[in-house]
Amino acid sequence: MRVSMDIELKDIPGQLLLALRPVSELKGNLISVVHHHEKRTPRGTIPVQLVFEIKPDKLNDIVSRLEENGIGIARIDEKRFFEHGAVILIGHIVHTDIQDTIDTIDKTGYAEVVDLNLSMPKINMASSASLKIDAVSKEHLDSAITLLKEIAREKDLLVIEPIKIELGVN
Amino acid sequence: MKTISVSIIGFGAVGQGVAKVLVDKKEYLENLGLDFKVVAVADSRTAAIDENGVDLNAVLSRKQDEGVVGSEKLTGLEIIETIDHDVVVETTPTNIVTGGVGLQNMLAAFKHGRDVVTSNKGPLAMKYGELMEAASEGGSNFKYEATVGGAMPVLNLAKDVLAGNSITNVEGIFNGTCNYILTRMMEEHASYEQMLAEAQELGYAETDPTYDVEGIDTACKLVILANCVFGMNATHEDVTVSGITRITPEALLLAQNEGYVIKLIGEVNDSRINVAPKLVPIDHPLAVGGSLNVASVQTDLSGPITVTGRGAGSVETASAILSDMISIYRD
Repeated sequence: MRVSMDIELKDIPGQLLLALRPVSELKGNLISVVHHHEKRTPRGTIPVQLVFEIKPDKLNDIVSRLEENGIGIARIDEKRFFEHGAVILIGHIVHTDIQDTIDTIDKTGYAEVVDLNLSMPKINMASSASLKIDAVSKEHLDSAITLLKEIAREKDLLVIEPIKIELGVN
Repeated sequence: MKTISVSIIGFGAVGQGVAKVLVDKKEYLENLGLDFKVVAVADSRTAAIDENGVDLNAVLSRKQDEGVVGSEKLTGLEIIETIDHDVVVETTPTNIVTGGVGLQNMLAAFKHGRDVVTSNKGPLAMKYGELMEAASEGGSNFKYEATVGGAMPVLNLAKDVLAGNSITNVEGIFNGTCNYILTRMMEEHASYEQMLAEAQELGYAETDPTYDVEGIDTACKLVILANCVFGMNATHEDVTVSGITRITPEALLLAQNEGYVIKLIGEVNDSRINVAPKLVPIDHPLAVGGSLNVASVQTDLSGPITVTGRGAGSVETASAILSDMISIYRD
């Protein structure tokens, strides 16, 4: 997962290295480091923003090692879902148990329906919906859409998925 | 000057287009050193035959006025078998169940060692392997650019122009009727039924639109691409197909709010041949409107190459046929 972290360093040499070493030792992948040397917190420390990718079970270790090194952590923000997808559904979406359709995706643990727009023109006419799905990776998004297509087939719903943006790259 | 004797078998919109471009481009062709002499023209009922060259203008106006091309009672097949000539321009209507008369015409042409240039998808989508074998046994050239995407060059692009590249994927809009209906549904926020009726009134859709709107026409073109470009031996039964009849104006609007248009997309690569409505980002090269066709060819060396153009029309389709004819006989 991707973690964004605001830390505070004492204004003495070698502090940044102390902050970055635990990330590298625990096999994290450092994405960006923004070092605001000209700024000071009210505590007189220097604010630094780190962004890195790390296995979820290693995050606590990083936090404790940073604390052992005397580095203050002001904020931790973890983000699980990197991939965002949209699909359109057409058919009797509500009457075929929309809750069940959404649950099937949500229950996977790797993808969630995060937005739903529904348009129901008239009773007995097909409804249309746009669904936004977030997933932990591109592969997981693909599996979630495949799963959705399977349920849709049982419920006689048409699923319209996006083309692959990178033309033809599979 | 090289004189090539030609028969035009099938004299609907495309056959007539071929006759028109041969008349209009006479001087252009002479500059290339080519003289295409049409020795026979046949429609489904009659034929016009002249070994010194049929008067194409006269045939065109007779077809216009009387609905027939001539007074002879020879069929296309009889012409191919009995009249000596070099190339058969096969423009009879597509039949995807049996391959229709087109298949018989092509096989007969190869048996007599004649070259074939065609716009007829049916035989190629049904019996690709058999046709290729017959062409090679007859020592015949066989060209069919006009079967996929009308005026838009796809087959020759992938096979000749991009030679040296491996093609990994071809994706695009191969049916102008569906593109027209979907584009208009979005513009007018109107139902599928309303815009189908408009397309029929304007002549963009047939009275029985099944072949276009259910994705069958696109599927046939993908089969030809799969066989010609990817070396498969597929038929239209190998294609997973879903058409556009269930698309609603509400779905188009919801898609638009997310930055997408809905298009009937055909896709072919090593692992699948698929026709389905897909979401295409509004600013993507495949998001062309109106009745246009578009194809994006993914290559290993050149990356994606995208072409767009008119997928149907009499003279437009004839241009693809003419280009095939020239490529066979130009040195």
